[in-house]
Amino acid sequence: MAELKENIMEVEEDTQKGRYLTFSLGKESYGIEIKYVTEIIGIQEITEIPELPEYVKGIINLRGKIIPVMDVRLRFKKEEKEYNDRTCVIVIDVKDVSIGLIVDTVAEVLTIPEEGIVEPPGVSKGFSNRYIKNIGKVGNDVKLILDCEKLLTEDEMEDLNSAL
Amino acid sequence: MSKLSHEPMLEMFIFETAQLLEQLEQVIINSEKISSYTEHNINEVFRIMHTIKGSSAMMLFNSIASLAHSMEDLFYFIRENKPQKIDFTELTDLILEGADFIQTELVEIENGREATADSCLLIEKIKVFLGDLKKINQISDQSCKNNEKAETIKQQQYYIGSDSFAPIPAKKMFKAVVYFEEGCQMENVRAFTVLHNLKDLVSNLHYFPSNIVEDDSTEEIIRVDGFKVFFSTEYSLEIIREILMDTIFLKHLELEELVGAEELIEFEKNQQAKLRETQSPEIKMIEREQDLEAHSKSLNQSIISVSVSKLDTLMDLVGEMVIAEAMVVQNPDLRGLELDNFQKAARQLNKITSEMQDMVMSIRMVPLSATFHKMHRITRDMCKKLDKEVKLEIIGEETEVDKNIIEHISDPLMHLVRNALDHGIEPTEDRLAKGKPKSGTITIEAKNAGSDVLIIIKDDGKGLDRDGILKRAKENDLLYRSEEDMSDGEVFNLILLPGFSTKESVSEFSGRGVGMDVVSKNIETIGGSVSVDSVQDGGTTITLKIPLTLAIIDGMNIKVGKSRYTIPTASIKESFRPEENDIITDPQGNEMIMVRGECYPILRLHELYNVETKITNFIEGIIIMVEQDTKNLCVFADELLGQQQVVVKTLPDYIRQLKTVKGLAGCTLLGDGSISLILDAGGLFNL
Repeated sequence: MAELKENIMEVEEDTQKGRYLTFSLGKESYGIEIKYVTEIIGIQEITEIPELPEYVKGIINLRGKIIPVMDVRLRFKKEEKEYNDRTCVIVIDVKDVSIGLIVDTVAEVLTIPEEGIVEPPGVSKGFSNRYIKNIGKVGNDVKLILDCEKLLTEDEMEDLNSAL
Repeated sequence: MSKLSHEPMLEMFIFETAQLLEQLEQVIINSEKISSYTEHNINEVFRIMHTIKGSSAMMLFNSIASLAHSMEDLFYFIRENKPQKIDFTELTDLILEGADFIQTELVEIENGREATADSCLLIEKIKVFLGDLKKINQISDQSCKNNEKAETIKQQQYYIGSDSFAPIPAKKMFKAVVYFEEGCQMENVRAFTVLHNLKDLVSNLHYFPSNIVEDDSTEEIIRVDGFKVFFSTEYSLEIIREILMDTIFLKHLELEELVGAEELIEFEKNQQAKLRETQSPEIKMIEREQDLEAHSKSLNQSIISVSVSKLDTLMDLVGEMVIAEAMVVQNPDLRGLELDNFQKAARQLNKITSEMQDMVMSIRMVPLSATFHKMHRITRDMCKKLDKEVKLEIIGEETEVDKNIIEHISDPLMHLVRNALDHGIEPTEDRLAKGKPKSGTITIEAKNAGSDVLIIIKDDGKGLDRDGILKRAKENDLLYRSEEDMSDGEVFNLILLPGFSTKESVSEFSGRGVGMDVVSKNIETIGGSVSVDSVQDGGTTITLKIPLTLAIIDGMNIKVGKSRYTIPTASIKESFRPEENDIITDPQGNEMIMVRGECYPILRLHELYNVETKITNFIEGIIIMVEQDTKNLCVFADELLGQQQVVVKTLPDYIRQLKTVKGLAGCTLLGDGSISLILDAGGLFNL
């Protein structure tokens, strides 16, 4: 019985492996491993919560469940863009934490073979590299693959700076 | 032990332990899957074992307690030393075997039989495993291991010793007759406790009525004639008297020394013969069986056990229903329509939903008495070991709180009582020197205060040492402002901070380095707060403020700009539109309002939370006067939206990890599906 269950788990994992949801922020194209993604919804009314970092926009009501939403543009210190009908919220579930990511547009689900995934350049010039786990090559395009876990962990350096 | 199963404490013990075992199994099995034990898992197992150990020792199930203790030791070692080479399969097998053992015992106890199985073998196995683990990981040197071995042998002897009554050359014979207070009930069980207390000190223990454990009817005999115990011991009359006087609910004690052993045995034989005459063994057996059967039958009929998760789901569903009801009744489509029949039906619906809500809530409400009474045992045991005299007073045990909350306060409460006993109450000679009564007093009090329950743990011990706390806080860099500026209350509350523990040595009772910060964290997770107050040589008072329930509250919805907020109705005193000339502004710019000759501060919500709104002039908006304890505060908002029962939801974990927003208790969904933030009246005062 347990073996069977494991098998099913493996199959499930297999179908998700190597598949990425791609979205764009301005000119760049990003990817998220599909296993993190729960659903994609249009932008909806956000209830602001005071005293939070700028990039945490507030909370939304997702069919009775209350989840926080984060503006990925602001998280990456890009300039803010007004939301329009193409703006999407990608709901992801990382280590039992549900959170919505506000992105400009959602593109498609892609399969990127393992050999297409490369490490990001070792020397980081800017801070944004911290959130990039890998770089995926699809034809001539490059997708920046997000490290969802790091996206959610507040780095202490930033905290310290703002405290000073 | 059939009578015991009527006892709420035993029921709670079985239930709790069963739950813990389930958790344990899950943790262990998950850990095996990933073939490593994460720090979290180890702590979890340790905690579970610790709890089982504590509660089973309290209920006198020694075999379970000692087994749990050895498992706790094992995980303590793993936690502290983080050994690299662990045979996970063997470890898992061991722990599961232990869990199974406890499980079987639990079933025995639940069915009203004595838990008799012996855990020595298993304990030995665990010890060997621990020893091997230490050897492989070479953390302990040779001598240490020897000690360990010696200890094992010694402990082994102890277990055997306690089971078989080895004839110790006794010096004196005693006869004791114990009378219990009227109306204390379960005399036979209490008598059994007396025996247990004596067991380790005396030999040739005989007692009448002799079948107290099996036969509930002995209750009556003990009530009328007292409980007679005969034993021989090498201890003096005084010591025995002292031990017997410790019995809970003791009314009267007769203790005398007997001249010869013959008399004792003679008497005892007579008594037994008498008993046999009146009741032949066969009848007794049948009676007992019937009793057991009747008992289990009645139990089946009146009580069903429901898993808490189902109750939680039911609660959530009712919560959703309340929201759905509001969505229907307050539907914007209905605005401006004259709907008499609809309104009638809506009122009916409203009545039913609120009744249903009350019912669901009451299912989950549990009185605090069982949790409080656990403390008796702890106090008693600790007093003996620490050689202190402490009286435990319990007030308001009938106060009911949500089941979830009970689970969260049991541990902190135990911790606080231990702290009070261990660190608070002074040794007897110190107390006498200070002119205090010889025996200390710890008071646990529970009372309702609006939508909160206050649990106050008060001792009349030495109080907190202000300078000591400041020094300690400085060493650990916990001072957030200069010490001259801090009030006593602020200083005392420093002990709640993580990383603060004044006691250098970790004593047996105050745990293995878990401090007050854990207490405070536990209470905070259920939306409560802890405050500390103390008077030098007068004692320490710790107040836990916990919400009555986590789930549904009556709230007043208010609007500021585009945001909605909800204030618990219980803390609202009144709301009104202010008059221009009632507003006062002091030179620092603080705004105040005069109401019926009293002056109250005004808090502008839009300024506090940086919300854009057109209404900034007081006379255009509305003032809501909020009361907390004895303080009042006027909250300024745009307008009132109406009163509604709201389902309290906590803010998402992610946001709570980022920051605790002051003054916010959580959030809720309004009838139109939008989110409203729930303001915490207490939090608003401490901004």
